[in-house]
Amino acid sequence: SELTLAAEWLGNGVALRGPYISMITNHTTNLLIRGGMLFVVGVFLALVLNLLQVQRNVTLFPPDVISSVFSSAWWVPPCCGTASALIGLLYPCIDRHLGEPHKLKREWSSVMRCVAVFVGINHASAKVDFANNVQLSLTLAALSVGLWWTFDRSRSGFGMGVAVALLATLATQLLVYNGVFQYTSPDFLYIRSWLPCIFFAGVITMGNIGRQLALYECKFVQEKIHQD
Amino acid sequence: MTVRERLRQNISAAFYRHGLLCASYPVPIILFTSASILTCCYPLLKLPLPGTGPVEFTTGVRDYSVPSHGTQGDLGERPDWYRGPPVAYIQQVLVKAAVSPWDSSLVPVDVFRSPLGRVFSLLEEIRDHVYTDRSLESLCLQVTDLLPGLRRMQSLLPEHGCLLVSPGNYWQNRRDMFDSDPDILKTVHQHEPKGLHTSATLKDLLFGVPGKSTGVSLYSKKRVVTYTITIALSSYDARFVASLRARLKQLHPSTNCSLREDHMVHVHFKEEIGIAELIPLVTTYIILFAYIYFSTRKIDMVKSKWGLALAAVVTVLSSLLMSVGLCSLFGLTPTLNGGEIFPYLVVVIGLENVLVLTKSVVSTPVDLEVKLRIAQGLSSESWSIMKNMATELVIILIGYFTLVPAIQEFCLFAVVGLVSDFFLQMFFFTTVLSIDIRRMELADLNRRLPAEAGMPPPKPGPLRPREAPPPSRPSPHTITLQAPAFRNLRLPKRLRVVYFLARTRLAQRIIMVGTVIWIGILVYTDPAGLRTYLAAQVSEQSPLGEAGLPPHLGVAPVFPGGDPTSTLNVLPAPEPTPLPENQSQGHGEARSGPAPLTSPQITWGSEDEEVWRRLSFRYWPSLFSYYNITLAKRYISILPVIPVTLHLSPQEAIETRHPQDTQHAPRTSAKTTELQADLTLYKVAALGLFAGVLLVLLLFCLYRVLCPRNYGQNGVQHGRRRRGDLPCDEYGYSPPVSEISPLLLRGHSMDIECLANDGMLLASCCLAGQIRVWDAQTGDCLTVIPNNGLRRSSSSGCWEHRDGWDPSSPARNASTPIMDNEHPLRRRTTPVRPALFGDQPDLTPLIDTNFGEVPPSQMMPGCGFDFGELVERAYKEHEASPPLPFPPSPPAARQRRRSLGDQSVAPPEQVLLAPWDWDSSVWSMELRGNLIAAGRSSGKLELWDAVEGSLRCCNEDGSSGITALAFLNNRIVAARLNGSLDFFTVDIHKPLGLLQYRGPPGRASLPPSPCYSSEDVISCQLTRSVQCAHQKPITVLRAAAGRVVTGSQDHTVRVYRLEDSCCLFTLQGHAGGITAIYIDQTMVLASGGQDGAICLWDVLTGSRVSHVYGHRGDVTSLVCTTSCVLSSGLDDLICIWDRSTGIKLYSIQQEVGCGASLGVISESLLVTGGQGCVSFWDLNYGDLLQTVYLGQSGEGQPVRQLLVLDNAAIVCDFGSELSLVYVPSVLEKLD
Repeated sequence: SELTLAAEWLGNGVALRGPYISMITNHTTNLLIRGGMLFVVGVFLALVLNLLQVQRNVTLFPPDVISSVFSSAWWVPPCCGTASALIGLLYPCIDRHLGEPHKLKREWSSVMRCVAVFVGINHASAKVDFANNVQLSLTLAALSVGLWWTFDRSRSGFGMGVAVALLATLATQLLVYNGVFQYTSPDFLYIRSWLPCIFFAGVITMGNIGRQLALYECKFVQEKIHQD
Repeated sequence: MTVRERLRQNISAAFYRHGLLCASYPVPIILFTSASILTCCYPLLKLPLPGTGPVEFTTGVRDYSVPSHGTQGDLGERPDWYRGPPVAYIQQVLVKAAVSPWDSSLVPVDVFRSPLGRVFSLLEEIRDHVYTDRSLESLCLQVTDLLPGLRRMQSLLPEHGCLLVSPGNYWQNRRDMFDSDPDILKTVHQHEPKGLHTSATLKDLLFGVPGKSTGVSLYSKKRVVTYTITIALSSYDARFVASLRARLKQLHPSTNCSLREDHMVHVHFKEEIGIAELIPLVTTYIILFAYIYFSTRKIDMVKSKWGLALAAVVTVLSSLLMSVGLCSLFGLTPTLNGGEIFPYLVVVIGLENVLVLTKSVVSTPVDLEVKLRIAQGLSSESWSIMKNMATELVIILIGYFTLVPAIQEFCLFAVVGLVSDFFLQMFFFTTVLSIDIRRMELADLNRRLPAEAGMPPPKPGPLRPREAPPPSRPSPHTITLQAPAFRNLRLPKRLRVVYFLARTRLAQRIIMVGTVIWIGILVYTDPAGLRTYLAAQVSEQSPLGEAGLPPHLGVAPVFPGGDPTSTLNVLPAPEPTPLPENQSQGHGEARSGPAPLTSPQITWGSEDEEVWRRLSFRYWPSLFSYYNITLAKRYISILPVIPVTLHLSPQEAIETRHPQDTQHAPRTSAKTTELQADLTLYKVAALGLFAGVLLVLLLFCLYRVLCPRNYGQNGVQHGRRRRGDLPCDEYGYSPPVSEISPLLLRGHSMDIECLANDGMLLASCCLAGQIRVWDAQTGDCLTVIPNNGLRRSSSSGCWEHRDGWDPSSPARNASTPIMDNEHPLRRRTTPVRPALFGDQPDLTPLIDTNFGEVPPSQMMPGCGFDFGELVERAYKEHEASPPLPFPPSPPAARQRRRSLGDQSVAPPEQVLLAPWDWDSSVWSMELRGNLIAAGRSSGKLELWDAVEGSLRCCNEDGSSGITALAFLNNRIVAARLNGSLDFFTVDIHKPLGLLQYRGPPGRASLPPSPCYSSEDVISCQLTRSVQCAHQKPITVLRAAAGRVVTGSQDHTVRVYRLEDSCCLFTLQGHAGGITAIYIDQTMVLASGGQDGAICLWDVLTGSRVSHVYGHRGDVTSLVCTTSCVLSSGLDDLICIWDRSTGIKLYSIQQEVGCGASLGVISESLLVTGGQGCVSFWDLNYGDLLQTVYLGQSGEGQPVRQLLVLDNAAIVCDFGSELSLVYVPSVLEKLD
């Protein structure tokens, strides 16, 4: 939805400009556009997935639907958006620096599939009743690695995913220690043990989106290089 | 052979056979598949429809005991949710109160003020009721805080105590507040939601009866006030409840009440989906649709994309249905929420196989039979399909061993879904695909048939077997004529936005989706009680559904007189009776006629037994949800209602009056009563009607504003272009003034045949054999080399320049009689047609003057053999008939002729001047530095100085005409008509012995062109001649990056090394003669053939990278950029392919005859020729950017050749003129 519209919009914007492609070719502008789109996607996913995590104790239309959409603290969605923008921009960058462009299934349909699986992982972590937390964590870890294998398969992607997942878990841990927020039922050192898996899957997903978006820029940049 | 290999072969063979089967019997297979789908879906009928309505179960009161938690399977009729204690026992006290007898001294407020006032004493009674030291406090459901979001209700709902709800809550259960309330109605109504309410309102909640039947209204006809006191009990004490019932009945006897009291109803509530949970669900569905959209968008090269996309979606959906059906057939009832897991199942099953199948089938050779195409396509993808399927199955198996019930169930569904999906793909989709491909072939056949009929039948050539028969080409008149105007204008942005909206039908779709969602919400939330009404209807008709319940339950509003308790009272009461105790009459509605003074009567009917049924089914969940108690998947038990009848005397009513009550009583007239009752409904209806009318008007206005009068009449069909199809001129928009003005280079007397450029210079050769050299920057004509080669005229301006034999008379075009009149003496010695060919037929009428079907970029090579078959026929005819002394010249004045006929054009005076050159014309030309290499039909290779116009060197080693030339560094490669390939070396003997180099011209990637000064002695030596480079004439010759690539009629492409003229590869893969080749510095090699196929090759290894079929007919030219491959064909279609994947991105329909004129200026700018104009396109999106008209008048000649210069200018062949167009926007970027 958001993604397609955004992509559509970007495509149209470029098409509308026509001969004034130089504006899009401008690296900074392009970077900003991509970053903005990734930010929007990140915020949207954060809101929706947070909604998934909210336990269903209110079955009826509560009078405050809107507030339940924004039930988390105000800073969570912007943080997720910023992080996803960073990750989505970093992935193509790393690809370029390592010199191993991502070849696997670079299509929007594959990206959509990836996003759907990511939402599914979140769904499973929120709704499925697992026997214990170890089982939950193991299942989610397997699902996340499966996600990486299906849609990414690049070493840089894996490394980045693990690194970001660890960092993010650490940051969450620090936040919890400082009492900024708490989990309802922490199972491992005050946090939920499945958190790294979710982070990992999220990194892979956002990286996938970022790479796909970067494809649009690639064409222009290649052209520029060619002309230079 | 390994096991793997053998397996692979077996699988491939099996798929091949299967493909044959499917394509042979499409209809039976589709019928079989549909039948199996229906069979597998049949068990779905038994599944309960998903819904969130509550279900009921009724037990007797007397032998009631709290159901145990254990699983007792023996109690057959007991539903499985009926386990454990309920959330609460609901005891309702139904109060009906009236002031009677009614007299005229009473005001309307009296109808409800004193009856409502009695609620406080009743409440007190209930609260204080004690039975053997058990009070209500100990039994009732204790509630705590309201939810935080319900602060405004805090004063209205009980907190921190018994959940006891009554109208008294409006006044905090305090009599004094009630008494001091000046306007009861206002108090009651101030909490009602203004708009459309979706759940139980506060009034419903507190009164416990539907708002209309409370009687709390100034216009109530019956003057009976009805309300309930609802008590929620946490535990059931039969004796306490019985004593309370007895006590209340004793205090307020209801004489004629015969309500049944022996049944308690257990109501089980299902999970409800709130908006908060709907959002993730909707998100997943949106992602799913995006996935389906992006997947099906890739289907290409088929007859009906929509049909195949639909078939793909049907395949996936019915495989899911089949999986659910099969699972439930084997006793696996789905416990998961189907709607939630469905998107994930689709994503797991995926559409990939379907797409892979389509692509594989489509990329098989088009000339094969449909059956074989399907079979080949299937078998070539069989291995990957099987591998993918095995992988997915293994993954799902791993998921199954997680031993989490939900995941196991998901995996089970997924496995069955995968298998059934595979089945459907193999049978259903393959068959649909075969039907589609057959349809496409039929359509092709219809298109081609007249074309082939118009051509002479191909004959084997006994005379000249070397020359191949011409390929069957559709003659131009059968090609659908494209309206040339559709690309004429550049649209302003606002119109493009509007067109985008119109193209995607965004507004309509949003409105449609909005309406659907709105209707869905309406039905779901059920504001009008539709569902309860339907439930009542159904339960009334099916005795099975409501075992143990009275059959007339809840139908009373529908059949007012049908209840057994009032069967005796069907007749309306004849007259009002004063004593309320004697009232046993029917309903108030039955009373006919207005009776303002009739006393209200309190009646008890069966509809009062379960008064909660008339409330929204959401009543209980919302009441409990306010206290954060969910009823989802739980149940409540509703005890039989306690009837209480209150009769108040008028005296009492007057006493309890508030001073203000009498003031506002008579203000409103009675006629609004009807309206008041159903005001909400009318409001909604009026609003809807108004909105609808407004919408229609708005759309009508939009239509009037945006749409032209002739909408849908003269539509230009250009369905092939996928993006950027902007039907411009339909909308009557006049084109803006073009900012690019072309520079016309005039001077040639006849049509221009070859063009060559070297960045700075531009050389052109016309049919007359005249070569002109132009400055590519300024458009000045630098040199003119006439055909005889001896006269030279250097000029500064070209416009006024006319060389000697270049008269303005148009009659000079072909062997004119004027010429003959001028030189009557020479006519016999030097006839127009040389004596050498005197025994040969006149070929001029055979010359096809249509250039649309000739690839201009290979003008030279094409001429040698393309007409061989025609020539042959002419020869045969010629043998039969003696040659005419003066063959009739072709009638067309502006005709363009191939080089074969050029000798007749040569004027006699030139023949005299240059007798050695009388029969040859320039067939090919190349320009490097200031040297023009010209290949002549006589087989002579000449080197001219471009600046001075002098002949520098001449090589006459070969005798066969040079059809193509390549000039790279100091080597010249010449391809000859007989299929041989000659390599020449240009040696320069400078007096100083050094080569001077000019600065790099424009593009740094090109090798710098050497500059030869006039003092140099230039010699051209044949270094090597490959005699039999190809079996058949060489059609294309290209050189770049130290390689020479030749394409020939013999279906092969050969790659030679330039230095040692060694043949590196012979590339085979085309099924027709090669017609186009592209190679550039980056060693990209693409070739196109007469079969319409395009091959990409790896020059280093000689392997084929990709192979696509894009054109119907010859591929006429090919250009590669870093990301895409552009090809044009005889079908006047320009296709843009993704270079790495070989997927067609989009195509542009060209005008007739302009198909091959295309050039790429930069990575993203494509230029194509049209009818008197050139168009610029955005290569990335296929959008038309600008159209530049070359001539003054709109109707010009078609642009047949197009050459992109390094300084971002394009030169196009525009009849006898050249047109130089600079592209300023690109220049900026280059700088």
